[in-house]
Amino acid sequence: MNYIEHIGKYFLMLGQVFKRPQKMRIFKEALIRELDDLGNKSLGIAAFIAFFVGGVVAIQTALNVDNPMIPRYLIGFATKRSIILEFAPTFISVILAGKVGSFITSSIGTMRVTEQIDALEVMGINSLNLLVLPKIIATVFFYPFIITISMFLGILGGYVAGVLTGLFSTTDYIEGVQLDFNPYFIKYAIIKTMVFAFVIATIPSYHGYYVKGGALEVGRASTQAVVWTSVVIIVLNYFLTQMLLG
Amino acid sequence: MIEVKNIHKSFGETHVLKGISAKFEKGQTSLIIGQSGSGKTVFIKTLLGLFQPDEGCICYDGVDYDKMSGDEKRELRKQIGMVFQGSALFDSSTVEENVMFPLKMFTEQTREQMLERVNFVLKRVDLVNANHKYPAELSGGMQKRVAIARAIVMNPKYLFCDEPNSGLDPKTAILIDNLIQEITDEYNITTVINTHDMNSVMEIGEKIIFLKNGVKEWEGTNKDIFITNNKAVTDFVYSSNLFKKVRKIYQMEAEGRTCD
Repeated sequence: MNYIEHIGKYFLMLGQVFKRPQKMRIFKEALIRELDDLGNKSLGIAAFIAFFVGGVVAIQTALNVDNPMIPRYLIGFATKRSIILEFAPTFISVILAGKVGSFITSSIGTMRVTEQIDALEVMGINSLNLLVLPKIIATVFFYPFIITISMFLGILGGYVAGVLTGLFSTTDYIEGVQLDFNPYFIKYAIIKTMVFAFVIATIPSYHGYYVKGGALEVGRASTQAVVWTSVVIIVLNYFLTQMLLG
Repeated sequence: MIEVKNIHKSFGETHVLKGISAKFEKGQTSLIIGQSGSGKTVFIKTLLGLFQPDEGCICYDGVDYDKMSGDEKRELRKQIGMVFQGSALFDSSTVEENVMFPLKMFTEQTREQMLERVNFVLKRVDLVNANHKYPAELSGGMQKRVAIARAIVMNPKYLFCDEPNSGLDPKTAILIDNLIQEITDEYNITTVINTHDMNSVMEIGEKIIFLKNGVKEWEGTNKDIFITNNKAVTDFVYSSNLFKKVRKIYQMEAEGRTCD
């Protein structure tokens, strides 16, 4: 199957996904489960990575800014900007694409190869709507929350790195963080995150839903899903940056 | 009653079903038998509407499935129960949640009413004290019982079973066969079973359809199958020594002789 066919099939899938849920009670139960599986359980890894990478960004900036003409508060300023604009929304989304994407593909793919999806279809249930829509809603509305926490922890990680290494003073760092704060950048990061969250929920679902074969094929589909989700996130990041900041 | 007329189905270059016609009567257990790769699963999935036939029609109680509206198809599906080869239970749900799922999806019953119905069908399939277990904690036979319970919880008019005995020991397989037969008689439903298990043929085969390479090769009852001269059928049935002996007994009975 060529790429054009895959893209067409992906959009046809979305057509089935965005239909009114057949039973609200079941949809709500599925949504709560997905919020826990895809959102809550991703919070820990995102927080951990954000904190340490924030520290690394601050240390790298401090080590590379050794010109006495450049004020030291720029370390805090550069750390804040890079975390809010790129690191939190894009880097964390790529990490979530790996963690959550493989989970989504393997869980839906296993349902496919063990005929659980066929069982839903025989009952007359729109399986795409039941399985994928709660995932989209859970990720699109929960990931901005994860990314906001990541921003805070990334900047905090930079502060802690300054305290521990003594490469820059915490006063300079805080001054830099507070300097020229633009609320639009937060909005920009949230918009990007919501788009990436949609990609993280739908591309792995597509790979899982249309998998054919057995366990090996489910594993292969998971790998492919993570690769394609990451590629699409990186490409969309380019266009979104141009559109929203250009 | 389900009537199938001249069904054809291909996947790419592979022509899997080649003009199959058959009738499945109400209150009767019909068996589709044949070797692996003969098209049994594709046939049953086509009957269920999971595959769209390339040619031919499937009529449920005289109404062409293809000509039904979306709502009519959804209504029909509520009347269909299916037991899959691997049971197809939802891994992340308990036995109780699995069986309750169709009720939650299609009825407005309260939780107490649903629980009462679930307990009733679980008792009917002889599975008690397993409500809160997950499929992974059950044996193959117990999983099949849960799958049957889920299939009958909505009081279906039609019951389809794809290899209900696969992976089960002979004793459990017979129990599952008998359970399906009893349920068919009790609820007067149209049951279609896909199998290659000759024990099932002997136990519950009121009507048998033999498929070979996607063609209906033979049709008859479980008595006829042991005396037929159709070579494809005899090759399949008498591939084991046990059934060679069974055939001898049937032939002797037909000739009025008794065996030692």
